[in-house]
Amino acid sequence: MELKISDRQSYREYVNELKNGDLKLFYYDMLRIRLVEEKIAEIYPEQEMRCPVHLSVGQEAPAVGVCKALGKDDFALSTHRSHAHYLAKGGNLKAMLSELYGRETGCCGGKGGSMHLNDPSIGFYAVPIVGSTIPIGVGIALGFKIQNKSEVSVAFFGDAATEEGVLSESLNYAALCKLPVIFICENNLYSVYSPLSVRQPAERNLIDIAKAHGVEAFKCDGNDVVAVYNATTKAVEKARIGGGPTLLELSTYRYYEHCGTNFDNQLGYRSEEEFNLWKAKDPLKMLALKLVEDDNFKLEIEQMTKVINLEITDAFAFAKSAPYPDEASLFTHLYAK
Amino acid sequence: MERIITYAKALSEAIDMCMAKDDKVYIMGLGVPDPSGFFGTTIGLQEKYGKMRAMDMPTSENGMTGVAIGSALTGMRPIMAHHRMEFALLATEQIINQAANWHYMFGGKSSMPLVIRMFIGRGWGQGPQHSQSLQAMFAHIPGLKVIMPATPYDAKGLMVSAIEDNNPVIFLEHRWLHTITGKVPEAIYRIPIGKANIARSGSDVTIVAFSYMVIEALFAANILMKLGIDAEVIDMRSIRPLDADAVLESVKKTGHLVVADQAWKTGGIAGEIIAIACEEAFGFLKAKPVRLTLPDFPSPSTPGLTRYYHPRAINIINSVLKMLGKNEKTEEELDIVQKSPLDIPNKEFKGPF
Repeated sequence: MELKISDRQSYREYVNELKNGDLKLFYYDMLRIRLVEEKIAEIYPEQEMRCPVHLSVGQEAPAVGVCKALGKDDFALSTHRSHAHYLAKGGNLKAMLSELYGRETGCCGGKGGSMHLNDPSIGFYAVPIVGSTIPIGVGIALGFKIQNKSEVSVAFFGDAATEEGVLSESLNYAALCKLPVIFICENNLYSVYSPLSVRQPAERNLIDIAKAHGVEAFKCDGNDVVAVYNATTKAVEKARIGGGPTLLELSTYRYYEHCGTNFDNQLGYRSEEEFNLWKAKDPLKMLALKLVEDDNFKLEIEQMTKVINLEITDAFAFAKSAPYPDEASLFTHLYAK
Repeated sequence: MERIITYAKALSEAIDMCMAKDDKVYIMGLGVPDPSGFFGTTIGLQEKYGKMRAMDMPTSENGMTGVAIGSALTGMRPIMAHHRMEFALLATEQIINQAANWHYMFGGKSSMPLVIRMFIGRGWGQGPQHSQSLQAMFAHIPGLKVIMPATPYDAKGLMVSAIEDNNPVIFLEHRWLHTITGKVPEAIYRIPIGKANIARSGSDVTIVAFSYMVIEALFAANILMKLGIDAEVIDMRSIRPLDADAVLESVKKTGHLVVADQAWKTGGIAGEIIAIACEEAFGFLKAKPVRLTLPDFPSPSTPGLTRYYHPRAINIINSVLKMLGKNEKTEEELDIVQKSPLDIPNKEFKGPF
């Protein structure tokens, strides 16, 4: 295929032509997330984004691999680290960045900030209380089941959430009612600075928590977007035909600090060696290896980068120039009509 | 002909009618399909609507509240029931962080139609963890509505309003109210959330109460009438939103205010109501307003202590007498000594719970 990417419009057309399962589209989506996050990190020191940010760099594959296996009407629930999930599910970049800048054009009108990205029209909500969205994801699945719908629900959470009692409550109920929910545990090994070794017994597998509740569970390389996509697709297909819930443990790694835009290996809670090991398994790098036989691909990456950067520049300019919400809106939306 | 039914039956009717009218309404709670049916408020619902709409649930209060919330995001209208308020405390993470915030924090884009019924136990030695009145905790939270109906009529009308409301509503039922009876129309009707009711009009003193304390306040008002004092009883019905106008209007008329709240004094709704009166009608007050509450101590079990713990009509009567500069009376003097033990509302109320 000959590429004619002279402007973003034609690139969008190209992206639209790619099929949902096309690896190039996977790459495009992961690259977009990474470039957005890196841009946030770059200009966060301006101190104009006045809310905490939890960057997803290094964890793009779970977001894209899972969301590519979902339809628009399927739901995804996320956590404090939700930028990647939001973008992968189809969230609007301008609305996301506006929210980080606290502007009225934000996806919460400035009331939520980075940790409350949402878009009901694409079935997406994120909140930062660890484990809190898991039962909500299960409840969405219950709603679908009661209404005989074929949609499924996905609950994204980290390894720390597996220590919350509410995960057990949620697994139990999902198994009991065979609900169409997929539990996605992104295991990045740390709860802020605390490693798994001080939080969970070494001899017990994380997925055994799910199995003990009668929920089928699998481990999967969370940096391999294709593996994530395939595993999720299987789980989604099972859920859609009434086969019940699945839990996937996706091993992955965050590059930046837990919250913020710095690298923090110097603190000593994780080693440089470990960090480099994971960087060698970078999700974008791993996918590029699969695509490298396509001669055009290197050129494509360059052009993708160009087009995405145009979009990002545009979206940041939009967000920065948007007004703050007016005083009156402090007092709106207490109750729904 | 006017029909007399119990508070429990009125609630059961409201839930039944809402489920019949809207197939998105469902009820869940540990024991919903039980023979005892939540003190007679859910009997027959599962037979009529099936297991997917009148459902039992695992003993997972927090998780299941999250489940109810999630289902609401798909258009369902859940009602969740807890046998005791204290069990619902396990779900405060979902109620306060999620349900209450949902509409506001997402910029008004989605709503959270959810009714959470919690029962305030009392009597037969329920003790420290089965008889607490924790309404002020929930009423503190923006985004929640908290209602505490006192009569069968209000119970039905407010339950319908709660189910049809697009916001999380905490519906508090005092155990001693389920068996009381009153006039209730057969047809469906609604009572607006956040509107108080003048349960008895009077001119000398305003007694503000809600939930079970309305019963005590009305009893007290009848005795006060015999003593030549004409008391107005305001039944708040909702404590969030709080109908400040109703309180202020009455206080401006009577100049005297007693608030009877069956909860602790510190940080309570009684104090909130008095603060509103002081801020907005200070010049009308002819005496210091009075909070009549539980002492700031945990809720004991033995009838040997509960008789001193819970304020009742005699305490309201004496608060009013004192405020008006009159001599206080004893229950013996007024001939209102309750013949049945004080740890039950009536002879029909039996243990063990």
